[in-house]
Amino acid sequence: MTAPIAAQTVADRPATQAEAIRVEDLHKSFGSLEVLKGISLTARKGDVVAIIGGSGSGKSTCLRCINFLETPSSGRIVIDGEAVEMRADGTPANRRQIERIRSRLGMVFQAFNLWTHRTLLENIVEVPVHVLGVPRREARDRAMTLLDRVGLAEKADTYPAFLSGGQQQRAAIARALAIEPSAMLFDEPTSALDPELVGEVLTVIRDLAAEGRTMILVTHEMKFAREVSDHVIYLSEGRIEEEGPPDKVFGAPTSERLKQFLKSVS
Amino acid sequence: MQEVIELLSLSPPGWGGNLLRGLMHSLQIALGAFGFGLVIGLAGACGKLYGGPITRDLLAVYTTVVRAVPELVLILILYYVGSDLINKASEAMGYGRVQISGVAAGIWVLGIVQGAYATEILRGAIKAIPVGQIEAARAFGMPPLMMLRRVMIPAMMSFAIPGLANLWLIATKDTALLAVVGFNELTQETRQAASSTRAYFTFFLAAGALYLIVTLLSARFFARLEAWARKGQPSLRTVKV
Ligand SMILES: Nc1ncnc2c1ncn2[C@@H]1O[C@H](COP(=O)(O)OP(=O)(O)OP(=O)(O)O)[C@@H](O)[C@H]1O
Ligand SMILES: [Mg+2]
Repeated sequence: MTAPIAAQTVADRPATQAEAIRVEDLHKSFGSLEVLKGISLTARKGDVVAIIGGSGSGKSTCLRCINFLETPSSGRIVIDGEAVEMRADGTPANRRQIERIRSRLGMVFQAFNLWTHRTLLENIVEVPVHVLGVPRREARDRAMTLLDRVGLAEKADTYPAFLSGGQQQRAAIARALAIEPSAMLFDEPTSALDPELVGEVLTVIRDLAAEGRTMILVTHEMKFAREVSDHVIYLSEGRIEEEGPPDKVFGAPTSERLKQFLKSVS
Repeated sequence: MQEVIELLSLSPPGWGGNLLRGLMHSLQIALGAFGFGLVIGLAGACGKLYGGPITRDLLAVYTTVVRAVPELVLILILYYVGSDLINKASEAMGYGRVQISGVAAGIWVLGIVQGAYATEILRGAIKAIPVGQIEAARAFGMPPLMMLRRVMIPAMMSFAIPGLANLWLIATKDTALLAVVGFNELTQETRQAASSTRAYFTFFLAAGALYLIVTLLSARFFARLEAWARKGQPSLRTVKV
């Protein structure tokens, strides 16, 4: 009885599941320094892709090229099946398109980057109301639900500077969720936190992964990456040195560099 | 004493009404010029920071020249050049010479001077905004003008206000320079009153007191504005050194 069901389950999770993010042959140079030397990656809907690698390997740059916070030198980026129009020099050809795509990608920064002159609630309704045109009431209600979800309901009217790093980062995650993103981009969301605050933020991200959010997660938390991701990419000097399912990348690495790297961080 | 009160009385033959009218004119021009200067300054600061090389060069010439030439000289140049140009244009279009409003001329002339200083103040303030604030706005797809209005201006306020408060005080006092082009602001009215009555000391002291009151009230206003702009930032007093 079980065999047919198992077979059916496999058939039900086809590789043709819609792609949320596709990056093809991405190159990026700062002046004469080539930081990304041809990165390709795909995140299908519901995938959690973890990017790991040493300092300066290009993880942040790669993530920031996806929503054009950095201008790629060349390559192709497709979000939800929509290819970003680029000029020959890699600069985006259509500012409106970039803005539209950015408003579908919820970015969470290492340094939180909440707007300091706005309360948590105001931070969260800002983009839905002003960029996406959601009615204020609706945005507010949704924001309260999200704040509640990250455990900050009673801090709604507090300014970010009066909160701990962990609280600020949870609020920043709520801000990213408020746009109902088709994918979330995390750039080392716990690296700026005191060790005792890391757990509360990871808990929130773990829940998001469990509920099937599409995420690309740059992180130094190897245990966490192994636990939540579907696919791990190891970057080294701007190239993908090794990639695969977490158990394989962490459990049976083949590249010498990755072995060295894993030894150095454990 | 009786005599002083009569001289300063608000209704003729006292000259107090004239002084107050002069003060109103001065404030009108100062406000207009300050506002015009802020608009120029915001555009200028954005141009200097984000504009192309030609924009940046032109703005550099503007701020350098205005800040290098004495204000009195600039006012004379701008006033005569400005009214000359307007008249030429008007004649070319067949309207004949036009009477230029003193207030409009004053606002235009002082506004251009204020704009140069405001450009530098606001450029510094924009540069002081933590990059993360702007980066977050970009990452969530804010178009440039919305980002300026919703993120950059609020975030730079607390950096800009002390400089702008100074600039406002300079604007109130620079109106006195407009006396050279015969404009009826406070200083000019004071001079007239003084020379008609020979009571120089009384009237200039009175004018000085009026300028002082404006300054004191302005200082209170800007202190409040700064406190408001710093909302969300922990009070400096709580920072332990
Ligand atoms: N704006 C920039 N201008 C010039 N060089 C840059 C810029 N941003 C990044 N770099 C360089 O690009 C390289 C990759 O940087 P990146 O921030 O992507 O690394 P990373 O993998 O995120 O490192 P970390 O783990 O320290 O965050 C580094 O050598 C860095 O110095
Ligand atoms: Mg980084």
